[in-house]
Amino acid sequence: MARNVSVQTKIGFTIAAWAIALLLFSPILWVVLTAFKTEAEAIANTPTFLPQNFTLENFGAVQDRSDYFKHAFNSIVVSVGSTLLGLLIGIPAAWAMAFAPTKRTKDVLMWMLSTKMMPAVGVLIPIYLIFRDLRLLDTLQGLTIIMTLINLPIIIWMLYTYFKEIPIDILEAARMDGAELYNEIVHVLIPMALPGIASTLLLNVILAWNEAFWTITLTSGRAGTLTAFISSFSSPQGLFLAKLSAASLLAIAPILLMGWFSQKQLVRGLTFGAVK
Amino acid sequence: MGSISLRNVKKSFGDVQIIPDISLDIKEGEFVVFVGPSGCGKSTLLRLIAGLEDTSSGTILLDGEDMTKAPPARRGLAMVFQSYALYPHMTVRDNIAFPLKMAKASKEEIDRKVEYAARTLNLSSYLDRRPRALSGGQRQRVAIGRAIVREPKAFLFDEPLSNLDAALRVNMRLEITELHQQLKTTMIYVTHDQVEAMTMADRIVVLNAGNVEQFGSPLDLYKKPANRFVAGFIGSPKMNFVDGPEAAKHNAHSIGVRPEHFLLSRENIPGTWKGTVGVAEQLGSDTFLHVHVDGLGLMTIRTDGDQTFSHGDDVYLTPDATRIYRFDAAGLAI
Ligand SMILES: Nc1ncnc2c1ncn2[C@@H]1O[C@H](COP(=O)(O)OP(=O)(O)OP(=O)(O)O)[C@@H](O)[C@H]1O
Ligand SMILES: [Mg+2]
Repeated sequence: MARNVSVQTKIGFTIAAWAIALLLFSPILWVVLTAFKTEAEAIANTPTFLPQNFTLENFGAVQDRSDYFKHAFNSIVVSVGSTLLGLLIGIPAAWAMAFAPTKRTKDVLMWMLSTKMMPAVGVLIPIYLIFRDLRLLDTLQGLTIIMTLINLPIIIWMLYTYFKEIPIDILEAARMDGAELYNEIVHVLIPMALPGIASTLLLNVILAWNEAFWTITLTSGRAGTLTAFISSFSSPQGLFLAKLSAASLLAIAPILLMGWFSQKQLVRGLTFGAVK
Repeated sequence: MGSISLRNVKKSFGDVQIIPDISLDIKEGEFVVFVGPSGCGKSTLLRLIAGLEDTSSGTILLDGEDMTKAPPARRGLAMVFQSYALYPHMTVRDNIAFPLKMAKASKEEIDRKVEYAARTLNLSSYLDRRPRALSGGQRQRVAIGRAIVREPKAFLFDEPLSNLDAALRVNMRLEITELHQQLKTTMIYVTHDQVEAMTMADRIVVLNAGNVEQFGSPLDLYKKPANRFVAGFIGSPKMNFVDGPEAAKHNAHSIGVRPEHFLLSRENIPGTWKGTVGVAEQLGSDTFLHVHVDGLGLMTIRTDGDQTFSHGDDVYLTPDATRIYRFDAAGLAI
């Protein structure tokens, strides 16, 4: 690029970027390091940086006390399931808002977003009671449904912004070519919006994976996901700091890897289609 | 197959009436052009026929069958868009095959028809490319190929050539006319280029503010314009209009003379209009003289390429008396 940026400015920006990145990453780094320490070392008064007695026993202990793989499986089912279900509902909804808007479309979009402004605890009791009566407490189905519902506004908003960028001419051409609504969406809209749909999918898997409030309140043993798994290791005495770290590391590792491999898509997703 | 009738079709967007009331009969196999100034409702009318917009009231008949409420996919019409509207994620082959796939044609039929369309439109060597790797003219051909494979009842074109450069436009204009002669399918073609309208159409619909000003053959419109609007719109350069006493001499509110219907001289013949040449535009074959006529204003005169008038010369104009168009106060032809 032929922009006139002095070397000093470049160095300055680079240092600042690294500093911010390290600052944001430091808690995760601390968790990673602590996971390989003994409990005693983890709570020592003069904290150590690198583990002095490198150990894997925390991971074994964690697996012994609580089944990691079962929770990981639940996390995958709930995050992937709720995202797919959300896309199934969100794609037609976003189609209608982007390509067949009415006077009220903007209001509906704002209303959907406004549900995200309410603290979740505000609807805890009604939802808990509904779940209890429908026997959805501590089931994967129930958790998937609630996760779909809380992420649906974001899914629809993201898809809506992507769909808005697709020229309606092309969809109209499909209609003229004999495509009914289903074919228009499946053969023309979805392939054209695929990058946007992929970003939406990734972001929502991550959001659902990390969701803790509803998971912890609506599940106990059977349907608990990895966030419930972590919380079961937090103890007021702090004697489980190393194990808690090990559990956290195990819980975030899969999603961290997925995020790492899909960085490009994610950046697009988080900028809501602003960058082409 | 391919007659299109509109009966008292009206269209409003919200409170804004775009098409007050149109009735039209387009015959099977006809090439009809919709012309009119920008914003007069040409595209809207075409989209109503296509089914891409709903009518506010009125009836649309295709081959005598009421299709007013039918979705575009069921109307059996094909459309070529100004933006081409190709499917960017599909190859040229898949673009052309798409309507056939939607019609659930067999694989052999699809292959045969796509090959045929590609050969007709000189696209055979581009079949495996994506639209983004094609030139404007090639893209337009793909759009036409996609329209012809399904053998529609009628083709609808919305300014299909306006994104092409001048030379290519002339070429494509000929190709579309040829295609019409070959297929003999009804075509409706929207343009604001009156040269396209005159050269391609069997009949022209002149639209103004959502109303049909006149519907007739190109020469009809040129020779017998129904009103001042059509007279001014059809023909290039535009007809010259004169109001006041000069018009009263012809028992009219205003009169019109086409640029090609003047005699020029350097001699002061009594009864002629005296003027001074402003700009002389030399086209080689023709020359357009812009003449400031005393008391009547600026007039455009078309004369041959060898004439000798230039800026500042005095000129005496005699309008051809047999070709003066007369209009009443409401602008209707008398
Ligand atoms: N969806 C719409 N909502 C509101 N008004 C519209 C809509 N579509 C078209 N119009 C209005 O209807 C009028 C006619 O539009 P239309 O596109 O049919 O004009 P046109 O004759 O095709 O013009 P051009 O030659 O510029 O393409 C315009 O004033 C336009 O602003
Ligand atoms: Mg138009």
